[in-house]
Amino acid sequence: MPSGRATTRPPAGTAAFSARGVTKVYRMGEVEVRALDGVDLDLFAGEFVVLLGPSGSGKSTLLNILGGLDVPTSGTVRYRDHDLSRLDDRALTRFRREHVGFVFQFYNLVPSLTARENVALVTDISADPMPADEALSLVGLGERMDSFPAQLSGGEQQRVAIARAVAKRPDVLLCDEPTGALDVKTGKVVLRAIARANEQLGTTAVVITHNAAIAAIADRVVHLSGGRVARVETNTSRMSTDDLSW
Amino acid sequence: MRAIDRKLLRDARRLKSQLVAIALVMACGVGAFLMAVSASRSLEATQAAYYERAAFAHVFAQCKRAPLSLADRVREVPGVAAVDPRVVVSVNLDLPGMFEPAAGLIVSIPEREEPVLNRLHLRRGRLPQPGRPGEVVVSEAFAEAHGMNPGFTFGAVINGRLERLSVVGVALSPEFVYSLRPGGFVPDDRRYGVMWMRRDQLAPSFDLDGAFNNLAVAVSPGASEAAIIDAIDRLTAPYGGESAYGRSEQVSHRYVTDELSQLRNMVRVTPPVFLAVAAMLINIVISRLVRTQREQIALLRAFGYTQADVGRHFLALVAMVGALGALLGIVLGATMGSLLTGLYVRFFRFPELRYHMEVWVALLAVGVTIGAACLGAGWSVLRAMRLAPADAMRPEAPAVYRPSIVERLGLDRTLWPSAKMVLRHLQRHKVRTAVSMLGVAATVAILTLGSFVNDAIDTLIDLEFHTAQRQDVLVTFNEPRSTRALHELRAAPGVIAAEPFRVVPARLWNGPRLRREALQGVPADAELRRVVDHRFREVPIPPDGLVISAGLAELLDARAGDELFVETLEGQRPTLRVRVHRIVENYVGTGAYIDMDALNRAMGQGPTLSGAALTVDAAAAARLYNELKHTPGVATVTIKRAALESFEQTLAENLLTMRLFNLAFACVIAVGVVYNTARILYAERAHELATLRVLGFYRTEIAGIFLGELAVVTLVALPVGMAAGYALCGAATWAMQTETHRIPFVVAGRTLAFAGTVVLLVATTTAMFVRQDLDRLNLIEVLKART
Ligand SMILES: Nc1ncnc2c1ncn2[C@@H]1O[C@H](COP(=O)(O)OP(=O)(O)OP(=O)(O)O)[C@@H](O)[C@H]1O
Ligand SMILES: [Mg+2]
Repeated sequence: MPSGRATTRPPAGTAAFSARGVTKVYRMGEVEVRALDGVDLDLFAGEFVVLLGPSGSGKSTLLNILGGLDVPTSGTVRYRDHDLSRLDDRALTRFRREHVGFVFQFYNLVPSLTARENVALVTDISADPMPADEALSLVGLGERMDSFPAQLSGGEQQRVAIARAVAKRPDVLLCDEPTGALDVKTGKVVLRAIARANEQLGTTAVVITHNAAIAAIADRVVHLSGGRVARVETNTSRMSTDDLSW
Repeated sequence: MRAIDRKLLRDARRLKSQLVAIALVMACGVGAFLMAVSASRSLEATQAAYYERAAFAHVFAQCKRAPLSLADRVREVPGVAAVDPRVVVSVNLDLPGMFEPAAGLIVSIPEREEPVLNRLHLRRGRLPQPGRPGEVVVSEAFAEAHGMNPGFTFGAVINGRLERLSVVGVALSPEFVYSLRPGGFVPDDRRYGVMWMRRDQLAPSFDLDGAFNNLAVAVSPGASEAAIIDAIDRLTAPYGGESAYGRSEQVSHRYVTDELSQLRNMVRVTPPVFLAVAAMLINIVISRLVRTQREQIALLRAFGYTQADVGRHFLALVAMVGALGALLGIVLGATMGSLLTGLYVRFFRFPELRYHMEVWVALLAVGVTIGAACLGAGWSVLRAMRLAPADAMRPEAPAVYRPSIVERLGLDRTLWPSAKMVLRHLQRHKVRTAVSMLGVAATVAILTLGSFVNDAIDTLIDLEFHTAQRQDVLVTFNEPRSTRALHELRAAPGVIAAEPFRVVPARLWNGPRLRREALQGVPADAELRRVVDHRFREVPIPPDGLVISAGLAELLDARAGDELFVETLEGQRPTLRVRVHRIVENYVGTGAYIDMDALNRAMGQGPTLSGAALTVDAAAAARLYNELKHTPGVATVTIKRAALESFEQTLAENLLTMRLFNLAFACVIAVGVVYNTARILYAERAHELATLRVLGFYRTEIAGIFLGELAVVTLVALPVGMAAGYALCGAATWAMQTETHRIPFVVAGRTLAFAGTVVLLVATTTAMFVRQDLDRLNLIEVLKART
């Protein structure tokens, strides 16, 4: 079982996640789909990782397993000293609650709550959150805190989603195509918010994207293909989000 | 099959449990309607057929002693079709195994032939043989209560002499479909029975040889009953005739008729509530369906389907629900109708009670139901038809939320975001929230309505049996007696106190308005039998003047201060003018009360009594009853406890059946409303709640949000429903009142609590059932979708 909330972050450079032989098989009647097929991967504390790969290569499946939304069919996923592949629903929920921040392509904000309240939704149930206002300022939305999602643009909504994810000072920030629905300019603002959380809070960040250009801002780039890790690149120097263009 | 029809079937299948729940609510409405209508129509038809076949008389008259030749003069009155001069006497009975006295009514039948009017329907045995003494036919109800069969014998005090009667047959009579002892509320077949004897065996004992004391008269079609009654009254007056009366005042007929009208009135309250709730549910389900299918509708329109096609498409779905509801309702109505009719058989003794449901009634129900369903869906369907294809292609504008009223009042500081979600969501869907609340409230109201009759009856019992009548035993005499009879009663074993009363049959006139009503002489310091109003307050009887019940006041159109013209129908038959001193609100029956001494003076008599109320030492009761059984001149002995018991038992059984129906109905509504609300809520909120799960909320926490919304709806609906139930009970007491009987409008706290508890339980169970789906939320699936 996971311990209580970690008061100390794993020192940079130690493995936060380690996946070994992770396989996920979807069975639909006669047909078997191997979404993941023996993934071995270590993610280190504090690093910024970009997951690249063609559609259907298993990126989302891997991210969901790392985030405790799903369990592998076989293989193990360790987050520090917890074996995620062995946890039940309640323990997985607790893991997500204490350690993980999620950002999705479609924002998934609660439409009946304002920006501030969407963030408060998470800070109310975390042990050591930052104030909601501070999290929103971090993503540059200090002015729009009392707006409802319907009153915000897509990019603004996505930034609220990021604020919601980082406000509890998560150990990992998992983002599935956070810029997928946004234009270049807005996409950059969103990426900057993620990069800032990664730099200033030391949060491990994993970002799925279809946009190879974005890989330049990562410490490492993991290429998935057909449910396997095809290769892993390490960037010797990270590009600033401001210099990105696509 | 066309593709659009296939879509219809798929939609129906997807929504099947919701639609079935709605159909069930409709079925209850239709069922209640058909039950009441078919049962009342079956009873009416049975009654009419039986009256026809048995030649039930139209007019009845009672007198002291009239020669048989008078009957021939009555026969000559224009419009009179047939006359049966009879001897009708009440006797005390001595039944094996009963130490309490029982009373009987003996009606004579002609010496040799069968009666021309009020013919007997023999169930078993035969009629008494001419010239054979002591042979009687007994009524079926009485026979059943005592297990009598031909050959059974028992004692009867006939004119002071105990005689043995032997049962030769068991029969029914149209005069006694419902047999009630004088002064009783419900049949008490153990202590009161009707029997028939050949007139030559009965008349001599009562000195009625060649005479009669009761007339049954048949009126020719088209003749004026009032004119005939007048004529009969003139003819019998010299012979101690009491005013003749028509069927409308004949006890059995009036009870059956009242019951039928109550049954018909039931239709006005419950079924509309069910149909309204069902229409509202249809409304929320179809409006949601139309909202989620905007894009599909647009597509159809873009492909060239007309507005009418779209309208027909959705209405067909609605009609399917209506038809299902109506069909189930017909089955339910027929089942309950025949059950209810069966219940009546225990009180109403018809030779056969045939239950049938007319086709047009069933068709009417189907039409009304489908109509109600279409009405419920109307607005949403119109909206679907009016969707411009281009508009609908775009997804609906995102829901606009606003801080809820609670927050705008500044009460939000303590609210958690999840509480805010609940409140804002409720407010965002105002119409649906209101509909759901109304639905739940309707359930509470219907349950209250179904249970309050108990409270009303408790109040009646308390008023009648404990406050107004405080005696243990009531004794009436055959003839008015002097105070010596009172002294004798006081000296009888076990009698603690005896309070006299006087009853004089009379006709009361207020201008042209007439009512037959006995004047009740109440002694000045009455302790045992008092006049009490509906608020349990004793009403003093003035030394001069009348106190009349509100029902009688209405019948006579009389107000306090009016002077009534009173034709007494006893002794010297003086006519009096008496002022109405006061009108007293009461529940059961009509009454005219007057000071006993004043009444006796007006009758030109010294202290005289018609009977007495006794309090009795329980230990000596058996001896007292035995003595009373054999006391000449004692007409009836009514033991209050026994009367109360039979009253409570009879009612308890009937009420239980009705309450169970009602409970089942109400539960169906509650399930229908809560289930549909929960389902729609679930569909709307699944995405949001899954998001919360992803963010690290536990199942119990999101269940809290989900259930919280239902809880708010239910909890707000409870007091609303209780208030509505209260009002509905008021409406029901009004709908069920007859000229002479009203039901107390009392709703006890425990009735409201019962209704609330049942609804809470049903709502909780239903919500927990839907909640199970929350545990199966597929988090990953949800994240792939745009909102
Ligand atoms: N619930 C499911 N049932 C069956 N197969 C599934 C399910 N979810 C995913 N798959 C399959 O698993 C494989 C990997 O899916 P995944 O969503 O991880 O791909 P992805 O790399 O995220 O693709 P994309 O870039 O399009 O989002 C796909 O072939 C997909 O069809
Ligand atoms: Mg994906």
